[in-house]
Amino acid sequence: MRWWWWIPLLLFAGFLGVAAYQLTQPKNDLVPSAMVGKPLPEFDLRAAAEGMPGASTADFHDGKPRLLNIWASWCLPCIAEAPQLDQLKQEGAEIVGIAIRDRPEDVAAFLARHGNPYTHVGADDLSQVQLAIGSSGVPETFVIDGEGVIRYQHIGDIRAEHVPILLEKLREAGE
Amino acid sequence: MIAELGLAALWLAAALAALQLYAGAMALRPGREGVAALVRPAAVIQGIACAFAFVMLLWVFAITDLSVKLVAANSHSAKPMIFKLAGAWGNHEGSMLLWVAVMALSGALIALVERRLPEKTMLATLAAQAFVGLGFYAFLIASSNPFERLPQPAIEGLGLNPLLQDIGLAFHPPTLYFGYVGLSVAFSFAVGAMLTRQVTPEFARVMRPWVLGAWVFLTLGITAGSYWAYYELGWGGWWFWDPVENASLMPWLAATALLHSASVLAARDALRAWTIMLGVVAFSMSMVGTFLVRSGILTSVHAFAVDPERGSFILVLLTLYIGGALALFALRASTVTEGQRFAVTSREGALVFNNVMLSAILGIVLLGTLYPLLTEAFDVRVSVGPPYFNPVGAIFVIPMLLVMTVGPLLRWRRDSLERIQRPMILVGMVMLGMLVAAFTLGEMGVLPLLGLTIAVGLAIASFLPLRGRRLTRVPLAVWGMVVAHFGLAVALFGMASEGAFSEERLAAVAVGGTAQVGPWEVTLSEVLPAAGPNWTAIEGHLLASYAGGDPIELDPQSRSFWAPPQETTESALATRWNGQLYAVVGSEAGAGRWQLRLWWKPFVTFIWYGGMLVALGGALALIGRVTDDLRRRAVRARIARRRGEEAV
Repeated sequence: MRWWWWIPLLLFAGFLGVAAYQLTQPKNDLVPSAMVGKPLPEFDLRAAAEGMPGASTADFHDGKPRLLNIWASWCLPCIAEAPQLDQLKQEGAEIVGIAIRDRPEDVAAFLARHGNPYTHVGADDLSQVQLAIGSSGVPETFVIDGEGVIRYQHIGDIRAEHVPILLEKLREAGE
Repeated sequence: MIAELGLAALWLAAALAALQLYAGAMALRPGREGVAALVRPAAVIQGIACAFAFVMLLWVFAITDLSVKLVAANSHSAKPMIFKLAGAWGNHEGSMLLWVAVMALSGALIALVERRLPEKTMLATLAAQAFVGLGFYAFLIASSNPFERLPQPAIEGLGLNPLLQDIGLAFHPPTLYFGYVGLSVAFSFAVGAMLTRQVTPEFARVMRPWVLGAWVFLTLGITAGSYWAYYELGWGGWWFWDPVENASLMPWLAATALLHSASVLAARDALRAWTIMLGVVAFSMSMVGTFLVRSGILTSVHAFAVDPERGSFILVLLTLYIGGALALFALRASTVTEGQRFAVTSREGALVFNNVMLSAILGIVLLGTLYPLLTEAFDVRVSVGPPYFNPVGAIFVIPMLLVMTVGPLLRWRRDSLERIQRPMILVGMVMLGMLVAAFTLGEMGVLPLLGLTIAVGLAIASFLPLRGRRLTRVPLAVWGMVVAHFGLAVALFGMASEGAFSEERLAAVAVGGTAQVGPWEVTLSEVLPAAGPNWTAIEGHLLASYAGGDPIELDPQSRSFWAPPQETTESALATRWNGQLYAVVGSEAGAGRWQLRLWWKPFVTFIWYGGMLVALGGALALIGRVTDDLRRRAVRARIARRRGEEAV
């Protein structure tokens, strides 16, 4: 008997382990991040869609706390979180978007279809800013205070139950 | 009463599956051959009972029996009859019943007609089939009973998901299911062959029609699903790398590899263990896909009844079937003796290359689909999209397509590239010509450029196996290969052209205004309300003219369904031979203007024509193989008869 014939079974067992773990796991929403408490890295991104301003670090230095949403038009959870972003906007949050690896026409189509909660949308074609901020995927949302310091990181799509948490963090950042 | 009959038939079928499993497993032991006689009849009656249960479910949906919970939750008395019937399988419970019904009927068919394999292998196969079936029966009866009654009959049904009220979609899930079931039969054959250690060319020949059939249905299902997403979702794209799409693509990739490796095993008695492995993997992929989609652990645009409890149940089934089969594989693979040897430059060599590439693509899609699940275990939620799948997949797709151009020209066992020098040079020249032509057509990405080049080369190359042969004497299976390979070239051309030349226009247009996209001029002539049996809509009347020609009328709608409330877009398409104009009407943009989204997509329809050609190729090969088998069987019967007469 040769040992490598067992590899498929081992891989499958690994998959089963992860899947079973995922099924039983209650979601832990509060993840501390290494970038929290540090200032935003310097960036200046061109506009991701026509008629919208791009995004730069300078936008975050006027004393007003903001949300920074990392998203993409090709990302399905981003569609799921669009209503929640709209709700956050309704509640007075200012949201700056960074579109990852996207095309202007796709960004415009996404915003036309799912609503546009953003004041600025910058285009990060090579994920450089995304990585510098400490985000490894889309969607992610950061709370940035009026001095441009990252105060909170939300990983994954924003669900209805996260809206009050983000609003609270935004309020704390303004104090 | 009808529902109770259905449930009784379901229980009967489950009991017969248990008997089939027990008798089949017992009969494998020496000295216990007596129970073997039970296996085939059990399989046949199980098939009939399960099909009967499904007919009863159709019946309660046809008469809209609102005392049945499933009908009340998924149907509505105002729905057209065809959608009432489609409602029977447009939900979790009904679709599971359809799945087991088709699986039981397939088992019945094998039990009735298949006599080529050693009887022990057949018994083991039918036992494996019963084992798989039994899990689904338990699933249905314990946690997804489709015939459950309500304590009080509902006054009116809750409708069907409006996105599903579409004739194409009504037949889309069953198509994929037929494919999955075909793969479950291949899985059972693989398990049966492993149990009796009888991995022979005959085994590959017996399994092949089921794989071919499954592959045809999967191809049709994926093609139809892609077209549905294209015109129904209103996003103008045709493939989104959504988990649900990947769940249908992964079994297809595995089935494609299996189809080719089974051909090698059937013709040359090589790749024994590998073919068995693929037989297990192909069905595993359909089960894993079903699990990912139904358990709700991945986010998708496709709305499914998501339920963690059902997810756990499918996970248990996965563990039993796939874990069991892989353990059996690990134990038995080393006792399957190595098959015939072959040179690298040979038909087998090309097919092995194709298999390795297909497996790599499968691995990439699987990894991309599971990656969010893996990272979530470390509390990182991510979405993997086209920026990963397209370039990484292309690394393996492109070499595979290039080898595909010459592979069918090679001889079995041993060949030399010098022998096929001339056709290779021809294909190379054609591709070079296309590459130059594509450069002059304007700027485009690397992938569309390579796509166009390879598509044209492959289209020519796919007909080369016919050169120097009398066309009337070419076997149907070879025609099948030619048509399927050509279909792939056609689809690839459509994909590359869509990527390279599409134009989009997003405009706010007042009634009487015009918008331009590509060679089209589109005028919004009026906006009217429209109504259907369970929806109201805003309908835009557009007049579109191509390059100043006669205008064509287009009526895209933005529909609001009221049972259940939901908004959908009905895009309108103007199809020409060289592409499609795609129009969507959106909400009012203020000041009497309406949002209008227009796309001009040159040759986009080739994607689905190509898909249909691929399926047609598979169907031709299937017909060819089955008629060959029947002819051989008739010859054998004649010889047996003659011997009998001589003996007298």
